[in-house]
Amino acid sequence: MNRLARMWDSDIAWSFRHSPVAIVATVVALIIIMGAVLAPWVAPFNPFDSASLNLMDGFTPPGVPNQFTGNTYLMGTDNQGRDIFSTILYGARISLFVGFAAVVFSMVLGIGLGLLAGWRGGWVDSLLMRIADVQLSFPSILIALLIFGVARGFIPPTMREEVAIWVLIVSIGLSDWVQYARVVRGAAMVEKSKEYVQAARVIGVHPTRIVLRHILPNVMGPVLVIATIGLALAIIAEATLSFLGVGVPPTQPSLGTLIRIGQQYLFSGEWWIILFPSIALLLLALSVNLLGDWLRDALNPRLR
Amino acid sequence: MLSKLHTGVFARTGRAMLMAGAALALTMTGANAETLRWARVADALTLDPHSQNEGPTSTLLHHIYETLVGRATDGTLQPRLATEWMISAEDPTVWVFKLREGVKFHDGADFTAEDVVFSLDRARADSSGFKALHSAVESVSMVDDYTVHVKMAGPSPLYVQNLTNTFIMDKGWAEANDVVLPQNFAAGEENFAVRNTNGTGPYTLVSRDPEVRTVMAAFGGHWDATPAVTEIIYTPIAEAATRVAALLSGEVDVVQDVPVQDIARLQQTDGIKIATGPENRNIFFSYDMTSDKLISANVDDNPFKKPEVREALSLVIDRDAIQQVVMRGQSQPSAAPLPPFVNGWTAEMNAYGKPDYERAAALVAEAGYPDGFSVDLHCPNDRYLNDEAICQAMVGMLGRAKINANLVSQSRSLHFPLIEKWETDFYLLGWGVPTFDSAYIFNFLVHTREGSFGSFNGSRYSNPELDAKIEALATMTDLEARDAMIAEIWDKVMEDRVFLNVHNQMLAYAMKDNINLDVHPENQPKMTTVTFGN
Repeated sequence: MNRLARMWDSDIAWSFRHSPVAIVATVVALIIIMGAVLAPWVAPFNPFDSASLNLMDGFTPPGVPNQFTGNTYLMGTDNQGRDIFSTILYGARISLFVGFAAVVFSMVLGIGLGLLAGWRGGWVDSLLMRIADVQLSFPSILIALLIFGVARGFIPPTMREEVAIWVLIVSIGLSDWVQYARVVRGAAMVEKSKEYVQAARVIGVHPTRIVLRHILPNVMGPVLVIATIGLALAIIAEATLSFLGVGVPPTQPSLGTLIRIGQQYLFSGEWWIILFPSIALLLLALSVNLLGDWLRDALNPRLR
Repeated sequence: MLSKLHTGVFARTGRAMLMAGAALALTMTGANAETLRWARVADALTLDPHSQNEGPTSTLLHHIYETLVGRATDGTLQPRLATEWMISAEDPTVWVFKLREGVKFHDGADFTAEDVVFSLDRARADSSGFKALHSAVESVSMVDDYTVHVKMAGPSPLYVQNLTNTFIMDKGWAEANDVVLPQNFAAGEENFAVRNTNGTGPYTLVSRDPEVRTVMAAFGGHWDATPAVTEIIYTPIAEAATRVAALLSGEVDVVQDVPVQDIARLQQTDGIKIATGPENRNIFFSYDMTSDKLISANVDDNPFKKPEVREALSLVIDRDAIQQVVMRGQSQPSAAPLPPFVNGWTAEMNAYGKPDYERAAALVAEAGYPDGFSVDLHCPNDRYLNDEAICQAMVGMLGRAKINANLVSQSRSLHFPLIEKWETDFYLLGWGVPTFDSAYIFNFLVHTREGSFGSFNGSRYSNPELDAKIEALATMTDLEARDAMIAEIWDKVMEDRVFLNVHNQMLAYAMKDNINLDVHPENQPKMTTVTFGN
């Protein structure tokens, strides 16, 4: 109880309570996340169960009975007769899972390499930072595409579909580690020369312990900010890859896959296939992004 | 600046002329200058008539050059530069062609037998894209000015079917302009014939800007009746939506390659009409029915080897649903693994029943898989009309018979090698039949894979008895006995369920509603067949 009260009184919580944007963004993000996590219980249909689909339900407009089967769907159906509302919930599950996993992957990799570069300095630092520079000179989606393509080449054809989602996570994660590494390296170099670190060294604390117990906690603030904004970017990167048709399998559509399917039918008047998934993706990315913005401001002492 | 001024002036004069033309058309219908603006997905790769055996290239060249025989919209052969063709009575390995008299090339030269000999030799050169179609030719010789003999290596009763895209050019013109050999396209070579033409065709080339615009005008000295369209402006537009928008805005008059989902909207648009017709291409599933174990299945044997499972597959496919929803009516559902144009097709093979999921699930259980099985289904996603959507629908249908298919859909450059290298258990394929004869299907898809046979036989099907019959077809000259042999082969192939056919593809052309143009089975429309008026 004491602890909760202390949290309520903290600077962060105060800032949150006084930022309507942050509150709205949190509510929207939570609704989408809950909907995605609870999809098997919330969604009226399971769009990933191909056997339960009836092709004749395809292209049903929202709220209007299908001309062949007479079934009605809240947001209509896509070209395979999948309920769009259920597919958005299940699709958001994939988008969020890939987003979170990719962020965790790039965060762990970026922090590790950043700490190594900042602590060791010298040629290790030069090498890692030059690699980072080279990678920064390419758009990250291009790097993700490249890694995805190369990885598929190495995986035996029979395994590809099962590991597709993990390949996607690694591709997006590898394309994004640089942001973390650069921030952590800078912070680590500053902390390294501070007196408490010097003191720890003098009394003979093991370097690994110094890095993990003393330096790491002091660089986590900026990392959390990057991670939040990175989550929005990773979700969009996944949607982009799926939109390009290289992401998750077509029988398990994510939000990007749904948008890809929908854009083929824009001209023929089936607007609902692209509109609802696009709105869902927009709300998800925007709310996470706004949360990240708020977090950055709240953690920045100069803006307070 | 100057050029801009010029275009402006030209555009204005052009418009004035058009208005004058329209006024004339109102007063004295028929026999007027009519311009047709034609758009499709891609441009001709070259104008050299023997360099590239490729759809858009041949389609455009058919307006400038002519072939010995032509393919009518119903698929039959029709006389073009040859008026008669037959196998020589004395020697079954010799084809005799009687040529049309009084034909002139665009530059005024006379068309004679030496031009045919020259062109058929040119089409057999190393850099020619048509040499495979003439591989059985031993020599071509001129008998008199209007008779040509083609000597084959052995009896080749169907050789004439291979000639529908082999154009005839003028020997004198080719020699004068140093284009005796076809352009070597793969080596990036250019020659005079790539941008200049001299054919006998109904249109002459007026101007050409590759990938942008090609203008052709009716040739006054053509042997046939003057076509209704006297000027053609050909514009390639790669993006489907832009192509359709160009028609809607009145920028073009005819659009080839219309996406199926846009057909309904175009049909409802005032002033636009759609012509649809079957393409000479069928779309089917096939599977490894021979190996002892599949690559991707979760069972230790090969379910497709069991007739019960193959029968179950034929019971789960709902062809009518695929036609109505996935293809929006733009297909001819069929159980026969060949299009109706092809010699050997019968209505009995075409017939199919309603899906029966319970019976299918029972058959799968009977075959020894009470819990079903899982397998990868390979599919292209950029080759046939809605190919990926067909496969997705199939995955759902298979699921009802407890066959859990994992869909792997990818670009055609990755998909086709899987079939050629036997790396897929279950796949979608489409097959066009340029010779309009079943032997073409048997050679590639049914014959055991050996030598030049069976390169697309992904089912690993191998039946020595059938192989012998298929090989015999190539040299049979008694066409009745040959047709009976084709029927026998199909009976066995259908009985063994080597293919699970889905449908024949339909083509759609969209045009202004005062234009009449029929769909061509090989997607090679000829603007000479266009008529105006409703």
